[in-house]
Amino acid sequence: MAIPVTINGRQQQLDVPNEMPLLWAIREAAGLTGTKYACGVAQCGACTVHLDGQPVRACVTPTSAARGRRVTTIEGLDAKGEHPLQKAWVEEQVPQCGYCQSGQIMSAAALLAAKPSPTDADIDAAMAGNICRCGTYQRIRAAIHKAAAMKKAGTR
Amino acid sequence: MNRNPKITRRALLKGGAALGAGLVIGFRLPLDAAAQQTPGVFAPNQWLKIDRDGVVTITNSVPEMGQGAMTATPMIIADELDADWGKIRIEQAPANPKLYANPVTGNQAYGGSRGVRDHLEMWRKAGAAARQMLKQAAAQEWNVPESELETEPGVVIHRPSGRRLMYGQLVDKASQLPVPQNPVLKTKDQFRYIGKEGIARLDIPVKTDGRAVYGMDVKVPGMLIASIERCPVFGGKVQSFDATAAKAVAGVRHVVQVSNGVAVVATNFWSALQGRRALKVTWDEGALAPLTSAAISKQYEAMSRQAGQVARNEGNAEQALGAGGKVVEAVYQVPFLEHACMEPMNATAHVMPDSVTLWVPTQNPGGHQALAAKLAGVPVERVEVVTTLLGGGFGRRGEPDFVTDAVETSKAVNAPVKVIWTREDDIQHGFYRPATYNVFKAAVDANGQPVAWWHRIVGPGILIQKGRAPKGTIDPAAVEGARNHPYDIPNIRVEWVEKDFGVPIGFWRSVGSSQNAFITESFIDELAHAAGKDPYEYRRALLGKAPRHLAVLDAAAKGAGWGTPLPAGRARGIAVAFSYGSYAAHVAEVSVAPDGGVRVHRIVCAIDCGIAVYPNQVRSQMEGGAIYALTAALYGKITLDKGRVQQSNFHDYPMMRIAEAPKVETIIVDSGQAPGGLGEPGVPPVAPAVTNALFALTGKRIRTLPIDRDLLKRA
Repeated sequence: MAIPVTINGRQQQLDVPNEMPLLWAIREAAGLTGTKYACGVAQCGACTVHLDGQPVRACVTPTSAARGRRVTTIEGLDAKGEHPLQKAWVEEQVPQCGYCQSGQIMSAAALLAAKPSPTDADIDAAMAGNICRCGTYQRIRAAIHKAAAMKKAGTR
Repeated sequence: MNRNPKITRRALLKGGAALGAGLVIGFRLPLDAAAQQTPGVFAPNQWLKIDRDGVVTITNSVPEMGQGAMTATPMIIADELDADWGKIRIEQAPANPKLYANPVTGNQAYGGSRGVRDHLEMWRKAGAAARQMLKQAAAQEWNVPESELETEPGVVIHRPSGRRLMYGQLVDKASQLPVPQNPVLKTKDQFRYIGKEGIARLDIPVKTDGRAVYGMDVKVPGMLIASIERCPVFGGKVQSFDATAAKAVAGVRHVVQVSNGVAVVATNFWSALQGRRALKVTWDEGALAPLTSAAISKQYEAMSRQAGQVARNEGNAEQALGAGGKVVEAVYQVPFLEHACMEPMNATAHVMPDSVTLWVPTQNPGGHQALAAKLAGVPVERVEVVTTLLGGGFGRRGEPDFVTDAVETSKAVNAPVKVIWTREDDIQHGFYRPATYNVFKAAVDANGQPVAWWHRIVGPGILIQKGRAPKGTIDPAAVEGARNHPYDIPNIRVEWVEKDFGVPIGFWRSVGSSQNAFITESFIDELAHAAGKDPYEYRRALLGKAPRHLAVLDAAAKGAGWGTPLPAGRARGIAVAFSYGSYAAHVAEVSVAPDGGVRVHRIVCAIDCGIAVYPNQVRSQMEGGAIYALTAALYGKITLDKGRVQQSNFHDYPMMRIAEAPKVETIIVDSGQAPGGLGEPGVPPVAPAVTNALFALTGKRIRTLPIDRDLLKRA
């Protein structure tokens, strides 16, 4: 029986087993491949999406847990791809291989929603679950601060 | 200068029909006579074409694995072409070694930080030839001497008459001209893009909004997804398997034996994985079943007492060591390491009766094309390779296994198949950075100056294991960074004892230099401290014949404030190394928590890569290289028990995270020399800079990696 989930504002019927991780439902059933698989055990954060606005690791979230709820993926973070974080990511030239960056941005977006002016310690805590094997961490930090400043200045 | 990448964004998105929505790297067919004659397209060589609208399409042969190749390549070609940066589109080259092989190695394979350094001259000529032809076309059009013409981005100008023609207006005429073989290149002061700041990477926008397509994201109509159960012991084989329960899992379509194990093929990944869990396989575990890390260390130690092949021999080190003066000795060990690319291994293949299409995040398009041809039994020209974006490479993605998986599975089930590795597959079935065992001896004079350096390495040879160097010779990968250390010592002997247990080994970011810089730069530090001298000054005094080493060492020391006071509980360490054409020196600033936990606060890196083509990406590679190296130094360890890798995922093979990551400051030292590499040279000096700092702080010498915090714990 299909599972109703609203993904990026669009209601969808996901015809997948209840226990299938939301990650695979998003990637293969809904066809949105911006959300990445990298560990499968909630260790790396590459699969981070928002469930009713809260960041979750889609690789360990059963699709049934999203029944009737709102899922936001990197594709839906901003209609034009111009969320302050996305702009800051370009300005700071953050990504290298880029594979982890959807998850990084989704974790950072949840942080900024909760704390509009995060400190370095806030960033450390909120981003602790996201691995970047290319080691772009200092640029991620700079971009989060920049996005926070943009949001504050209303220049988005 | 127009640095707006929006046009390129469009270019990156085009041609996506076969693969569904999202970014598809443009794919171009080999240039042939027909392409040459396409009306309205000026295509003087395989690297660029210009249409009547002035759009310049550049073909990039170097896979984009995070190093910025997709932007550095067009920067170089566009500079000599004098192209308008806003009119650049980029396409990824197909596998076709005749057109796109690296001109130095002769292979269409990418490792060894060879992107810019091996192609710079060829790409400059490709752009310059086209620019010269456009000028000739304009000279004919206006009937003026070519010498009166100049170019600005995208336009030929005749200043005496004030006339201008856009490149797009000249394509038909230029297409009729012969291609100059030795076009005049720009002088350094004429560069518009090369070496300039402020150029945005063309691949970044799609990496921030989910449109970027990696191998994992490839979609092909009718595609099935496979997961392969592999023998937990290296070299083991399938004895028998029972697929009854696996086939009963909803969505599972096929269960087939392939070279690397048993493939469970399903309509989706989750079903394939569930099927794999239900699969029962009996393995013939083979000869490595009893192997343990402890046994490897023990045998290495035993073999370190045997003479090895002599990799470097100057003066007579053994005689100097036996002369009765002071001798310093040490043993260093490094473990196996896995690459842990963020994107697990994967490939998608469609094997048809007389052709193959391969969509693959590959560092080795040419090699993978040949491999697929052999496995599928089709001529190599009938294998089309689409190189997607790579979610990390680090040397892992040149190996054959994931392509073998996809081609064999597709062939077996007669459908397009994407084989997806789990993280566990990735960690446990890698091609590991070799574990080695090293014995050092040095004779020092009354002033503490070294008069003899003796180093014996025990370990396997990557090139020998892969059949790319003959058994019984010295494997260059095993001794790089050890035999060519830069210190001016009268008696030097470096030996290599080959011992290969059969654990698969491979090229891990900076290869032999990653470990040999750690051990040599640690041991020279030991000599400095034994002499009671400052480790920076001690190195300086021995670098009289190595001016480029000395220059980066000085720059890093100066940038880090070497010798200036630090807060209590902190210390600095320094190290320098040459690798992959570049010179790098690092200063690390560290502290140690009471529980022995190491904190690296700051890293200052000085890099001499010759001409720095893309400065912002020089910095990116130094930042990333430092984190990669720190992860290995602090946590990296693959161990074996019963022939099996004991680690499986990021909980037991941890990666450095944001809170632990130091600030990395990069100083680019402009030597004006030929270009060197960047992906790898930022790695080797990092571990010894950290462990040397730890010695300065605690008096404890770290001789085994990863750093054992118990050694640093304060009682």
